[in-house]
Amino acid sequence: MGKTLAEKIWADHVVRSAEGEPDLLYIDLHLIHEVTSPQAFDGLRLAGRQVRRPDLTIATEDHNVPTLNIDKPIADPVSKLQVDTLRANCKEFGVRIHSLGDAEQGIVHVVGPQLGITQPGMTIVCGDSHTSTHGAFGALAFGIGTSEVEHVLATQTLPLIRPKTMAVNVTGKLKPGVTSKDIILAIIAQIGTGGGQGYVLEYRGDAIKALSMEGRMTICNMSIEAGARAGLIAPDETTFEYVKNKPHAPQGAEWDAAVAYWETLQSDADAKFDKEITLDADALEPFVTWGTNPGQGLPLNANVPNPADIADAEERGAAERALTYMGLTAGTPLKSLKVDTVFLGSCTNGRIEDLRAAADVLKGKKIAPNTRMLVVPGSARVRLQAEGEGLDTVFIDFGAEWRNAGCSMCLGMNPDQLTVGERSASTSNRNFEGRQGKGGRTHLVSPLVAAATAIRGTLSSPADL
Amino acid sequence: MEKFITHTGTAIPLRRSNVDTDQIIPAVYLKRVTKSGFEDGLFAAWRNDPEFVLNKPEFQGATVLVAGADFGTGSSREHAVWALQNFGFKAVLSSRFADIFRGNSQKAGLLTVVLPQEQIEAIWEAVEADPKTQVTVDLEAKNVRYGSVTVPFAIDDYTRWRLMEGLDDIGLTLKNIDDVTAFEKKRPAFKPETLPVRS
Ligand code: SF4
Repeated sequence: MGKTLAEKIWADHVVRSAEGEPDLLYIDLHLIHEVTSPQAFDGLRLAGRQVRRPDLTIATEDHNVPTLNIDKPIADPVSKLQVDTLRANCKEFGVRIHSLGDAEQGIVHVVGPQLGITQPGMTIVCGDSHTSTHGAFGALAFGIGTSEVEHVLATQTLPLIRPKTMAVNVTGKLKPGVTSKDIILAIIAQIGTGGGQGYVLEYRGDAIKALSMEGRMTICNMSIEAGARAGLIAPDETTFEYVKNKPHAPQGAEWDAAVAYWETLQSDADAKFDKEITLDADALEPFVTWGTNPGQGLPLNANVPNPADIADAEERGAAERALTYMGLTAGTPLKSLKVDTVFLGSCTNGRIEDLRAAADVLKGKKIAPNTRMLVVPGSARVRLQAEGEGLDTVFIDFGAEWRNAGCSMCLGMNPDQLTVGERSASTSNRNFEGRQGKGGRTHLVSPLVAAATAIRGTLSSPADL
Repeated sequence: MEKFITHTGTAIPLRRSNVDTDQIIPAVYLKRVTKSGFEDGLFAAWRNDPEFVLNKPEFQGATVLVAGADFGTGSSREHAVWALQNFGFKAVLSSRFADIFRGNSQKAGLLTVVLPQEQIEAIWEAVEADPKTQVTVDLEAKNVRYGSVTVPFAIDDYTRWRLMEGLDDIGLTLKNIDDVTAFEKKRPAFKPETLPVRS
């Protein structure tokens, strides 16, 4: 019987396997940031261990860094200590780091692909659940905890139980104004936040093949929101074209050898997935979340749901609690909701294409009264590129704030936070209670919906303009 | 890591599903560079509410958390596990855990036990009726006991062995480090390296 893509990559990385034990898997790339690494480096020091492969490791500062005044010392002393600790650890252990102010600094999942160190067929880990982003290249990429970060630093391997595989077939063609963000929000609404648990999701079908690399990254990014540790898309010409000529792409004869291998990275026609689901892209509309988990989403044209209509008692309770927290009444049209803040950024939608798409909608318009918009590029490189294209002027003329790179309001760890009761339309990936700031109310949307919402001040899609 | 064989203590019923790691410990508490002191951030937003179950006097000192389905979804922060441990929890029971949270718990020695939802509800009712109910989580016997009830649970033998011996994974892997070296010799040359820096 044939193998799925996930099974092929897995098999190519097994260092050791023994009956009744997890497989020991080799890790091709380890990405590091300031929040989940200090305790791991501490563990190494205590045990007198080294970083086994600094040349397969790279660090950046993203979660905790300010997006304003980055030329000045970090104002919050606790944040500063964490960033300083990362810098000192990288120096001590010989790990490459891209610090604030460096052109390659940025969100770890934006930095890997833009440097070309994210390539098909690799195993990639990071102490961050959105490592699934890199699956867009046909790499097996997943988030790990700090104990595992230490394990990878010390051994460049991880003991892991082989996950099951699920095919997610996205058939048909997206309508204009509907994006990859809407695909993934619809998938999560369909299978739920636990639906992907224990699986690697492989996204397939015409609608996926038609996407750019950045669109594919948006989808794989949010696999974790469906409970899956990893999401995958088989590499193709679009992938090779994207990787080619990036700084760390293979060169010359190595490029040819790499492509020859990458071309084998497809699920075999007779491969059997443990589960299959299908989504019809033709029928898809712009999507938005109304609740406090990413599975609580609906088409933008819908109304706030009535918990009384939900049969399952757990889900009904969760919906009731979500409506209270979100300050919503059942039956209200989602499009009538007034939004205070629009956040364009994050590892889900903070890449150049996302900024271009939003700028296209905003160009020549003015922001709605009493609305603020934060535009936070995913990396310093994306920011430079956007400035080269004049996008910064478009955003600033519109009335948005043009910031430096980082995670920013995606998780509200730095000063970019919502206040109590403030409602946001956000291109990020999590609408959990308090995620963007204590008491903040998050609606997850695509960059196009974010832009249209900033113009009208209520949840909107470009079609409403 | 401390060995886990069996533990007996009182329990807290957390009647919520989809408790994500941002609720277990909000991001603003993640700035510390140690593994201790996270108890102040545990369920920080909910603890402002005097009615929240962790604040109720009758549940003080509990060491077993009994939670709704899909506990620990979201961010990979192991700080969520440390916060639960720092607060005093030894075991968490739920009908479903998020994968990364479960993995992190098993590395750090916090036992996560999967029970069917109706068993979780039965325990909720028992401890709500009598908060002094002693709940035993027995990894050796693979069961949970309270009052006259015994509920078996499943866990893979390897994880159980590691937890019962208190073994750290890195030490185990280093025993096989020659296999890693041999694997490295066969890796294709086209695989990228982060050093030297190219631009
Ligand atoms: S942008 Fe948000 S989701 Fe992505 S790595 Fe940063 S905090 Fe995590």
